[in-house]
Amino acid sequence: MAAARDIAEPKGRMAGAAGAIPRHHYAAFAVMVALLLVAPLFVYPIFLMKVLCFALFASAFNLLIGYVGLVSFGHAAFFGGAAYITGHTAKVWGFPPELAILAGTAAAALLGLGFGLLAIRRQGIYFAMITLALAQMIFFVSLQAPFTGGEDGIQAVPRGVMFGFLDLGDIETLYFVVLAIFLGGFLLIYRIIHSPFGHVLRAIRENEPRAVSLGYKVDHYKLLAFVLSAALAGLAGGTKTIVFQLASLTDVHWTMSGEVILMTLLGGLGTVFGPAVGALVLVSLQNYLAQIGSWVTVVQGTIFVICVLTFRRGIIGELGRLLKRSL
Amino acid sequence: MALKRKLMLSAALALAFTAGAAQAEISGDVIKIGVLNDRSGLYADLAGEGSVIAARMAVEDFGAADKGINVEILSADHQNKPDVGSNITRQWIDVDGVDVIADVPTSSVALAVNEIVRQKNKAFLNSGAGSSDLTGKACSPNTVHWTYDTWALANGTGKAVVQTGGDTWFFLTADYAFGHALERDTTAVVEESGGQVLGSVRHPLSTADFSSFLLQAQASGAKVIGLANAGGDTTNAIKQAAEFGIVQAGQSLAGLLVFLTDVHALGLQTAQGLVLTESFYWDLNDKTREWSERFAELNGGKYPTMVHAGVYASVLHYLKAAEATQSDDGTTVVTKMKEIPTDDPLFGQGEIRQDGRKIHDMYLFQVKAPEESKSPYDYYNLRATIPAAEAFRPIEEGECPLVQG
Repeated sequence: MAAARDIAEPKGRMAGAAGAIPRHHYAAFAVMVALLLVAPLFVYPIFLMKVLCFALFASAFNLLIGYVGLVSFGHAAFFGGAAYITGHTAKVWGFPPELAILAGTAAAALLGLGFGLLAIRRQGIYFAMITLALAQMIFFVSLQAPFTGGEDGIQAVPRGVMFGFLDLGDIETLYFVVLAIFLGGFLLIYRIIHSPFGHVLRAIRENEPRAVSLGYKVDHYKLLAFVLSAALAGLAGGTKTIVFQLASLTDVHWTMSGEVILMTLLGGLGTVFGPAVGALVLVSLQNYLAQIGSWVTVVQGTIFVICVLTFRRGIIGELGRLLKRSL
Repeated sequence: MALKRKLMLSAALALAFTAGAAQAEISGDVIKIGVLNDRSGLYADLAGEGSVIAARMAVEDFGAADKGINVEILSADHQNKPDVGSNITRQWIDVDGVDVIADVPTSSVALAVNEIVRQKNKAFLNSGAGSSDLTGKACSPNTVHWTYDTWALANGTGKAVVQTGGDTWFFLTADYAFGHALERDTTAVVEESGGQVLGSVRHPLSTADFSSFLLQAQASGAKVIGLANAGGDTTNAIKQAAEFGIVQAGQSLAGLLVFLTDVHALGLQTAQGLVLTESFYWDLNDKTREWSERFAELNGGKYPTMVHAGVYASVLHYLKAAEATQSDDGTTVVTKMKEIPTDDPLFGQGEIRQDGRKIHDMYLFQVKAPEESKSPYDYYNLRATIPAAEAFRPIEEGECPLVQG
């Protein structure tokens, strides 16, 4: 896998350690919000919601890979685990959607804590393998545990009424709720990246021994970043359950961990907006190419190869290079 | 707004054109059929493009054009992912105005589609998925489950094998909910029919090495080894059993979820002697032979599976009901489908029960030895016919909320 090498040594380190928030980020963010506000007039809203969920998932993943340099190959466990918990609490325990999503997020955070404690002791490929192994255990549990419904998954999850007055059965309301969740998660990630904590994370990515020599407890920082990333991935998974009203094995399968890596790489590793763009591209491919049948996977593979060969910084990474700005 | 609609219409037409089924007629109702299945993965052969061909044949044989009913066929690949399938279904219904979803193998996707179609009051003609929940706990007034379900397969294989002398069993079971359910259902049938289950062994899902499990099965001395698994696990188990000479030594293998395409892929040398249940085989009678030859011509020489047959027959019956009601409203047409008896060249006469279950005969087949096979796809010997009345789960045992006891 050519990608693995790329991940191990991220090249596009455009996001410098500048302290203040650059002005063009405000502009880019405003453009993104404006586009997302008018998008449902032109594009099918359920599809947009799927994109938003995956965009949040990829952004959460990017927090770890792009800013700490840790390649997790097990993020599907957080995404899918949260999806199951949200589905179960909403359907069987009758939780309202906001509590169900929170329950999913909390479960993902706990799972992240467990994974993180074990995995951050190792680096590089070993770290990736430990996360993969742990994620496969979660897959196995999902396959076997009675509450997940085995291969049928949890179906017909009620969307319910959020905060007692937002009826999510209405597609427009649902869209804006999902949009709010996405923007909340996105801004939180942005805040994390640009906080002193985020700077320490980047210092660890650039040179871990030096960060240690400066007196930072590197493991604590890594663990916290891991848990944050897991929780946000869980937030995305839980939201997706409410949108699609189902949670299934697809969400915890290792290919999901692969897809999120692909999204992040395609959009731009270590860029603020990249993962969201990568998610948009990949989900659109899956969705709009569905009609061409067996060529979907071939097209997806070709695009990936082209991306790795010609624009390694990813879409936003290359754009940022052209504009000489970090996006 | 008008422009947008026009754009969508032309997009839909373009799609229908790629599926090759655009009708010249514009007047009258447009019935849009969305064939949703796996076109790139595990089930691409047993469903895939063949199901689209089958649906197109149904539209043709119904004579939609002559009757002034405009029918369009769309198709898409759900990639065996419930969220992809769910998104396509919603988009088809909300944007493209699709009235009927057909086929949909993979139970998780089928159950998701089942819910959406119920919410949106469209119709769902399932052929490819096996989950008996579709006419059980999850049953819906908008869904017809046509071809088979896991209960019918377990029942057919279990009962007919015992009656034809295979009265001691040993199970190789895939270790997850689906495998457990198959084993449980078949065990019940075997014991009820006077057979005996000597034991079972659980193997991990998608395992490559069946040798230890097969040795246990061999040592059990059971006459029949039941394969309570699916897809790659079943074919791997059959291949390795052939290497161990299990069938030659006198034990027989019973596949609980095996399709014609699996036998085709395995080859007769490997698969010979395997016992399996299906609801359709191309070489049953003149009508099935004639239809299957037409189908094979359109499908590059590949013969139809029971899933293809089910898509054809269910679409045909849907169109009859739609013509009778002059409507494409989901519950209206499905209710009509249940009222009028079914009659088609592939499954013969039958009916659709209140819970959405289509009732027809099931057949127990045994795979031929290579020297018995005279032509391509001449694979099965008919060992027993399970009459329609006994072939499916009794309606009162399904816990379907539509059926009031």
